Amino acid sequence: MAYALQQLVNGLTLGMIYGLIAVGYTMVYGIIGMINFAHGDVFMVGAFLSLIALTGLGALGITAIPLALAITLILAAAITALYGWTMERVAYRPLRGSFRLAPLISAIGMSIALENYVQVAQGARVKPMAPIITGDFSLLTDGHFTAHLSVMQIAIVLTTLLVLVLFTWVVTRTPLGRAMRACEQDRKMAGLLGIDTDATISLTFVIGAALAAVAGLMFLLYYGVIDFFVGFIIGVKAFTAAVLGGIGSMPGAVLGGLAIGLIEVFWSAYFSVAYKDVAAFSILVIVLIFMPSGLLGRADVEKV
Amino acid sequence: MASPLLQVSGLTMRFGGLVAIDALDFEARSGEITAVIGPNGAGKTTVFNCITGFYKPTEGQLTLSPPGGRVLSLERMAGHRIAHYARVARTFQNIRLFAGMTVLENLLVAQHNALMPSVARGLLAVFGLGGYRGLERKAIAQAKFWLDAVELTERADDPAGSLPYGAQRRLEIARAMCTNPVMLCLDEPAAGLNPRESDELATLMRRIRDGGPGQPSCSVLLIEHDMGVVMSISDHIVVLDHGRKISDGTPAEVKADPAVIKAYLGEGDEDETPGGDAPVEDVA
Repeated sequence: MAYALQQLVNGLTLGMIYGLIAVGYTMVYGIIGMINFAHGDVFMVGAFLSLIALTGLGALGITAIPLALAITLILAAAITALYGWTMERVAYRPLRGSFRLAPLISAIGMSIALENYVQVAQGARVKPMAPIITGDFSLLTDGHFTAHLSVMQIAIVLTTLLVLVLFTWVVTRTPLGRAMRACEQDRKMAGLLGIDTDATISLTFVIGAALAAVAGLMFLLYYGVIDFFVGFIIGVKAFTAAVLGGIGSMPGAVLGGLAIGLIEVFWSAYFSVAYKDVAAFSILVIVLIFMPSGLLGRADVEKV
Repeated sequence: MASPLLQVSGLTMRFGGLVAIDALDFEARSGEITAVIGPNGAGKTTVFNCITGFYKPTEGQLTLSPPGGRVLSLERMAGHRIAHYARVARTFQNIRLFAGMTVLENLLVAQHNALMPSVARGLLAVFGLGGYRGLERKAIAQAKFWLDAVELTERADDPAGSLPYGAQRRLEIARAMCTNPVMLCLDEPAAGLNPRESDELATLMRRIRDGGPGQPSCSVLLIEHDMGVVMSISDHIVVLDHGRKISDGTPAEVKADPAVIKAYLGEGDEDETPGGDAPVEDVA
């Protein structure tokens, strides 16, 4: 019982991080119908920027942990957002209107470019970071096993929830969000109503990258190790989460992220760590066979 | 006679070897309903697409002279700039509402530029600053005004896609009006409407043309196949056939024009169409 509870806590924490990244995939897909394969690497850049910011702040003598984390969060999100904006501007916008595969190839190129850039700039070795949030609570003991809930996990889940609530509010209640949803449904029509669709698409990338940066910081804090390649597998998982939840649906992305996180953790705990990715992707295949548009995705209905 | 609002001169649109519009000249005057009619394939929608920036015309000028003395060349502007700065709005033959958004949201999207004058202001708006609340109140008031005008107030919070067909058509017009246009281009607004709905539509179009309290007058450019609607509400009719203008005048003049009768009854072929090139001036 305690063991299962522990897995639940771990799975939810991991799932939250996947969910944050998955939102970025799903938003970009929703608005321009392309899979931004470089998004996982944007997450990696966010993690590196967080590490640099934390180290820098430590060197400056800002050691109050909540303050340092808040500054890091804002800095990393802002700079990563700039990366997202630049990426859209140089690699995707010039290809808009060309054949469908072109931006996809460009995204793969962007992904490799970002990985190598970080590898050259930061070195290929893994970067460790000492845990800066410590302490935990015992939840439940049965037999020899005690389930723990660490302060770190609480912080990750709370921050993620807060960011998601803010983000949902922006999308549903502000003119920015309305413009995004309008572009998503009919980009040409949105343009005819006077919405600058190019600016709206840029904004989508900016918001997606900022969310990925938050995920990057959380990942860094949780695992304490990052390298230049970390964005690849996490990116693929988050993409899977977005597809599982129904690509194009934002609540679906979070739900998909939680599902993938839980599946992975429970499979590792009860069966085999080596096959955890097989489990996650098998579930994806099964869900898609029975629900081709994902858990919360809406099927495309063409009106004739 | 009212002043010309939109002047189309020498408009030509070629798609490869196909000439969809051939040296078309006409004008739409402010405060009037101008109808563009013609048999299928005459190039009516192509004219609309050129005016609203969907297509870049191969040749020719589209000059808009809105009140205030500015003169704008629409053929050089991008689509969203035409909607924003030139204030030309349009609807489509096939309805293009944002089906997943509510009726009210559809009308608020149309006021995006009023609500978000710049990205910086938009960011302030996210936090409810920068006078955003006042702007939003005004936008909602404008949306409510048009909801009343098209009798959809009760359905304001329903998804636009769930409305019946006639209501969706009305909502599309209301949405276009929320951009606060000086010219409204309607592409077959009466298609698929029953006679009662067509009558209501005609009343709405007259109301848009005449303006009223809280609403400035807006000129209407109309493509329509329903001749009953066209003849009863138009101030001025332009008849196209095979991309050329074959007649231009008041409803009575056009109805009596032998070239129009010929085009509609299908006599002869395009080579014999008389009076194709010379623009006919008239008094309206």
